[in-house]
Amino acid sequence: MGHYVPHTDTEVARMLAFMGLASVEELFATVPGALRLAGGLDLPDGLSEPDVGDRMEALAAANRPVGRGSSLVCFAGGGAYDHEVPAVVRRVAFRSEFVTAYTPYQPEVAQGVLQALFEYQTVVCRLTGMDVANASLYDGASACVEAVNLAVAATGRNRVWVSRGVHPNWREVMATFAAGTGHELVTVPLAGGVTAWPQDEGGGQGVGAVVVQYPNYLGCIEDLAAAAEAARRVGALLVVAVDPVAAALLRPPSDYGADVVVGEGQPFGTPLSFGGPYLGLFACRREHVRRLPGRLVGETVDAEGRRAYVTTLRTREQDIRREKASSNVCTNQTLIAVACVVQLAWLGTAGLRELALRCARATRYTREALLAIDGVEAPSDAPVVREFAVRTRLRPEVLIERMAEEGFLAGVALPGELGHDLLVAATERRTRAEIDAYVAAFEKVVR
Amino acid sequence: MGREAEPTIFELSVPGRSAASFRESGLPAWAPEELVPAAHLRAEPAPVAEVSERDVVAHFTRLSHRQFSVDLGAYPLGSCTMKYNPKLCDDAASLPGLTDVHPSAPAPLVQGWLGLLAELEAALCAVTGMHSATLQPPAGAAGELTGLLLMRAWHADHPGPRPRRRVLIPDSAHGTNPASVTLGGYEVTQVPSDERGLVDLAALRERLDDDVAGIMLTNPNTLGLFEQDIVEMAAAVHEVGGLLYYDGANFNAILGVTLPGAMGFDIVHLNLHKTFAVPHGGGGPGAGPVAVTERLAPYLPGPRPVRVGGGQAYEWATPERSIGRVHSWHGNALALARAWSYILANGGDGLRRVAEGAVLNANWLRHRLRGTYDIPFDRPCMHELVVSAASLRRRNGLRALDVAKRLLEEGFHAPTVYFPLIVEEALMIEPTETESPQTLEALADALVAIAAETGDAARAAPRSTPVGRVDEARAARRLIPTWDARDGA
Repeated sequence: MGHYVPHTDTEVARMLAFMGLASVEELFATVPGALRLAGGLDLPDGLSEPDVGDRMEALAAANRPVGRGSSLVCFAGGGAYDHEVPAVVRRVAFRSEFVTAYTPYQPEVAQGVLQALFEYQTVVCRLTGMDVANASLYDGASACVEAVNLAVAATGRNRVWVSRGVHPNWREVMATFAAGTGHELVTVPLAGGVTAWPQDEGGGQGVGAVVVQYPNYLGCIEDLAAAAEAARRVGALLVVAVDPVAAALLRPPSDYGADVVVGEGQPFGTPLSFGGPYLGLFACRREHVRRLPGRLVGETVDAEGRRAYVTTLRTREQDIRREKASSNVCTNQTLIAVACVVQLAWLGTAGLRELALRCARATRYTREALLAIDGVEAPSDAPVVREFAVRTRLRPEVLIERMAEEGFLAGVALPGELGHDLLVAATERRTRAEIDAYVAAFEKVVR
Repeated sequence: MGREAEPTIFELSVPGRSAASFRESGLPAWAPEELVPAAHLRAEPAPVAEVSERDVVAHFTRLSHRQFSVDLGAYPLGSCTMKYNPKLCDDAASLPGLTDVHPSAPAPLVQGWLGLLAELEAALCAVTGMHSATLQPPAGAAGELTGLLLMRAWHADHPGPRPRRRVLIPDSAHGTNPASVTLGGYEVTQVPSDERGLVDLAALRERLDDDVAGIMLTNPNTLGLFEQDIVEMAAAVHEVGGLLYYDGANFNAILGVTLPGAMGFDIVHLNLHKTFAVPHGGGGPGAGPVAVTERLAPYLPGPRPVRVGGGQAYEWATPERSIGRVHSWHGNALALARAWSYILANGGDGLRRVAEGAVLNANWLRHRLRGTYDIPFDRPCMHELVVSAASLRRRNGLRALDVAKRLLEEGFHAPTVYFPLIVEEALMIEPTETESPQTLEALADALVAIAAETGDAARAAPRSTPVGRVDEARAARRLIPTWDARDGA
């Protein structure tokens, strides 16, 4: 049989004889004849391993990546960041024991994944200030969707105030799924780069969730006290979407009474990957644990009293609660969560703070240098830490195209509702020389 | 596997120790107070761990030794399709030209990725008999919900005499199906199975009316049996204006044998992590693309890759009646790259052999276990079989869970137990096509030997595993979800 089916023809014949069958075709006797595919699949025949390698190399060569030694230097962020992934992550988190395991349904032979997830949950809680974190969701967008579902179920109110500073793609995903749940999403506008929450209770009836991003999509540091006050006024839960790198420098959302903290975990251990697989961070206060979506690992003991780990509170999950479940999540991003905790362990307490500081320094340096160019302006004065928007006479799409010719991925084009400016990010990977070259090219292009 | 207990990374910490390494950036060393306004500045660093690089490597390597995996041995976990995944797919998805690409980069800079996605979409349409596909859903359950939202959008544009509120689901369905139906804004109407283990066609017809939005089916179903009346079912559902959703969790069984499109399905999700060589990663990431017939194509999530410039280049385009995005970016792209490399390696001929091997192995086991275990629906199965320990329980006190735990001692992963719900003491066994006849023989020998034991003896299992039988009730009763919560528990 094929490349990865080990049976020899003799073995197939022997197995068929054992069952009293004469041919492989007879195995499919229960498939009605009219449904059988007579001519085989409309696909080419299989390729050898080196030929597959060539095909994949050719596809890869048709991209312009941003990594080490690549043709583009990355200044794009907007929810996907160009961070260093240490060798440890690739060599350890991607050991085949982690890669080729499944959901830990048999805890006695899954202590490796379970303990790694327990440690992941612990570091997510330490970073966000929350009590409980799940074993991951798909991405930042799905974490937002699940946070809103939790808040609506907890409050019994299905209106949701979503700041326009929340990632536009995440808001779009929230809107897609709201068509099924019937949640009414209300976008709260920005003023001066940060959310302008309604100052009275008018229009606040039935609001069950207030969702804010911190720092927001424009890189601006939102006033979480104002968001918390808005949520308190209308009796809603406060959902905060954090950037996990900036979170190492900023006051944790728990300081402001956040109920649920979500985020995109890609910056820790996951390359840009054209957008996936990424890592949905999800943490909440302990009182909401029975509404927690996805899997949760807890510590317990085995029959001899030894420390052991197991997925717990399973009665929340879809395979048991079925149509009464508040989430349908089954597969999550466990391997990416393992990569995240390996990278965080490698960074350590001091290294995590250092990483966040270096990103903030590169961001400030880049911003000041760009704003010194004649014709480059800041759309707002709000303080930024992770990234920032700049306004030029060029449409951002044109600017990005021209900067690519100069060897830079200049940033992310902001949509019209967010000013149609350019969003620029500089991570710890960027050196002064790279930034200076970027700024010089920028000046040439916008002139 | 490693039987030595491993402390947590937090217990290994020594204040002041660090592994991190940063380059000399040449940038001004501004202090935190110069970067973040005082009101927003964190008072204390977030405590992570303080260990050396050698500690990190040793810790996670030791943890990996306490973990069973496909690369270690057979993993006949029914419904999960835990097959061997070719290593060439790992390499293909590790190419810097694929991994180091920003998802917002404009189309001219990512022609390779767009081409890969477009080719994969076309291949998935070929194996399902569908017209168009979205690769965005990051998992099977996300694909299900995407499919239900496609149903909603279709019905909204094609209103019937009264609102469509219900979605039909067989009682043998995966739990994700009913949960997805609820999140899709519909009510579940359950359809019973008949004495064959198939959907009861008469009962299905009784439940069909013009308020039915559609039906979700897995074929072969979770008993591993092919739904032979599928054409009649499809006609009946279409008759009332409903749509048919194909849950692709068991697609491994029919690759190259038949097409969901030929059966009459309108919407199909595929679990690339089951059928197309995306390793399961301890529970994810997966990928759950959704393919649809031509009439549903305008509703697919966007953006999708489309050919422009006389077919010479790709651009992004969002279908005119799109339900909207279902993922932050373009789905689990690296998982999609793995699946594409697997499809290239196997080709149409190799994919057909996947199904043949899977069905051959499952049926061989069915014959071999007959007489030892109850086989409630002892008919030709597809890629998996469901046996029952009900008789063993009555005779020896041996439960399905005991069989599972004993099997762990024998070096095999356990089958899925107590699912599907309609079979008492169920053991759901899926050997997959990548296990050799020798491995199957050893698995069968172990299962037969265990069946002769008593429940009292088996209750002590597993003994040779990294930990013994785990107290799951205690974990729920005294919840300890983090290292820091231990003191309060």
